[in-house]
Amino acid sequence: MDLEGQGRIKQVVEQAGAENVIAVLGANSPTAVEMTAMTLKSGDPSYAGPLAGVALGIPSFHILEPEITAQVDPSLYERELALPLMAMDVTEVTAPLKTIREMTV
Amino acid sequence: MELKGKRVLAIGERDGVSGAAIEACVRSAGAEVMYVETQCFV
Amino acid sequence: MGFPVITAVANVLAHAPGLVRYGSKPVRDLRRDPGLIDALSAQLRSYDDAVAYGPNQVYIGNLEPEALRAVPRPWFGALDRRATSDGAFGDLISEAELLGVLRLCDRASLMQLEEGVLETARERLARRKLVPAVEFDGQKPAPADAIRSVIKSGEALPLWLDGRVAGSLARAHEEDEALTANVLLENLAAKATGVLALRRLLAQEAGRLGPDDVEFVIAGSEEAVGDRYQRGGGNLAKAIAESAGLTRASGFDVKGFCASTLYAVFNAAALVQSGVFSRVVVVAGGSLAKLGMKYRAHVAKHMPILEDVLAGLAILIERGNGSGPVVRLDTLGLHGIACGSSQQKAVEALVMGPLGRAGYRLTEVDRYATEMHNPEVTEPAGSGDVPRGNYRLIAALGAMRGEISRDGIAEFIASHGMPGYAPTQGHIASAVCYVAHALRAMRAGKMKRVLFMAKGSLFLGRMTELSDGVSFLVEA
Repeated sequence: MDLEGQGRIKQVVEQAGAENVIAVLGANSPTAVEMTAMTLKSGDPSYAGPLAGVALGIPSFHILEPEITAQVDPSLYERELALPLMAMDVTEVTAPLKTIREMTV
Repeated sequence: MELKGKRVLAIGERDGVSGAAIEACVRSAGAEVMYVETQCFV
Repeated sequence: MGFPVITAVANVLAHAPGLVRYGSKPVRDLRRDPGLIDALSAQLRSYDDAVAYGPNQVYIGNLEPEALRAVPRPWFGALDRRATSDGAFGDLISEAELLGVLRLCDRASLMQLEEGVLETARERLARRKLVPAVEFDGQKPAPADAIRSVIKSGEALPLWLDGRVAGSLARAHEEDEALTANVLLENLAAKATGVLALRRLLAQEAGRLGPDDVEFVIAGSEEAVGDRYQRGGGNLAKAIAESAGLTRASGFDVKGFCASTLYAVFNAAALVQSGVFSRVVVVAGGSLAKLGMKYRAHVAKHMPILEDVLAGLAILIERGNGSGPVVRLDTLGLHGIACGSSQQKAVEALVMGPLGRAGYRLTEVDRYATEMHNPEVTEPAGSGDVPRGNYRLIAALGAMRGEISRDGIAEFIASHGMPGYAPTQGHIASAVCYVAHALRAMRAGKMKRVLFMAKGSLFLGRMTELSDGVSFLVEA
């Protein structure tokens, strides 16, 4: 995840607190999903950014995970999610997330 | 995991689902959105 | 109806390992940790390796993109030593030649270059018939110690060649943030590679056209030329035209993030179609900022740094005369504001829209030229296979509309899509890098129609959250 994004997220979470905060991702590659989720949970793995060594402990979900899509308003689902669901291999893209969520930081 | 009441960091991607789309979707489920971004990897 | 015709294209590359340190990501990292230069330098590849690299050979026209399917990955491990730097429709010039072209383009005398490098550049560029030797006559080499002292004073950046400092580029103003040496280097690099492309195009058409047969030049690249009162003033087009030897033409720039160059093609075609001009050249120079964008991943994985080439291209568009291939201006796909954030609405606008208007089904288009970034560059950095991701969107929409079956998605991608090969020079990878190949295939009767579609990430500029795109059919 890019450094400016890390910086802004760090600021937002510092100001508003990490309680009840989750990330919901939309990337179409499993590696991108994994990198973002790791950074938000345990800190920047490349040790380059504002979140280097800072473990926010924020769990990440993907917008296309079934437990998420099930909660989305149907007309928004149709408009925003139907095509990505057909285009992506959701199992493959979201595979890293369950493991990372279960990690204890 | 219930979205209702959660505070969401919406991190989208240009060729996947955009940040704005994630924001609209999770809001419709009762979540609050704290941060929105769309990543562009190239 | 007589749509405008694409009659010539040049795709050029300039090997620039010495400039990788000035790419946006490397330059920021090196400021924080100058020691990184050692790890970075260790992974820079030689000119011979860059020439022998499959995707670069595709870009300059010695291979078709589909040929990469038969080359084992990693492509950087399957180099073809018989490959030449003279492509069917472009050159891959060495860094010494690039430094020579930069110097020729440097009208403000900000650059100093060693005599030896000027000589090498003069000789090689003359051999390529891109720059007559006489054009170097007015170029004075750097006086002894001039390079070293201007760098030492902090006014200039060192220009590296083969691991040593061979030149310098000075800022143009002490306080103006738009005229720092880094910004000027970026702009000059875009200009020089645009000039290279335009010269190659003119050389290709020399039997039929001269420089003064071109009335107008439209540039669509990724730099911002200006000064403190107007950081993005632009019209690099005119500067490029001047240094390519045109005297009659004027021009302007088109800006739309990565969709800039494809927009420039549409704009040029519209001007020709409407009768304002009979001949317009679209030109694009390379993006210095994008050199080494993914270098961290390449270094970490002990790969060569593949983002070591600047790309340029030039496309000639002329009044229609009955022989194609034509730019079908009646099939323009635009990504209207009301599409909002919806991926589906965007793909519908850029694909279904043009095809619907022309009355074609998805399978009746030979190839889709989308974001053709080389996956070998992007995958190690976790950014996936960009063309493949785009093909999956198109195919998925086709499946949703019943034009292809869900089981047919993979086959559709295999026969209507292509492996990515373009350098991650944004605007170049966005569809236009395939115009040259499409022209060749159509002239040979091997293809009938190609959909070109480019995307622009407007949201990156923070003035909107919207994405953008443009598309149109080119037909034989």
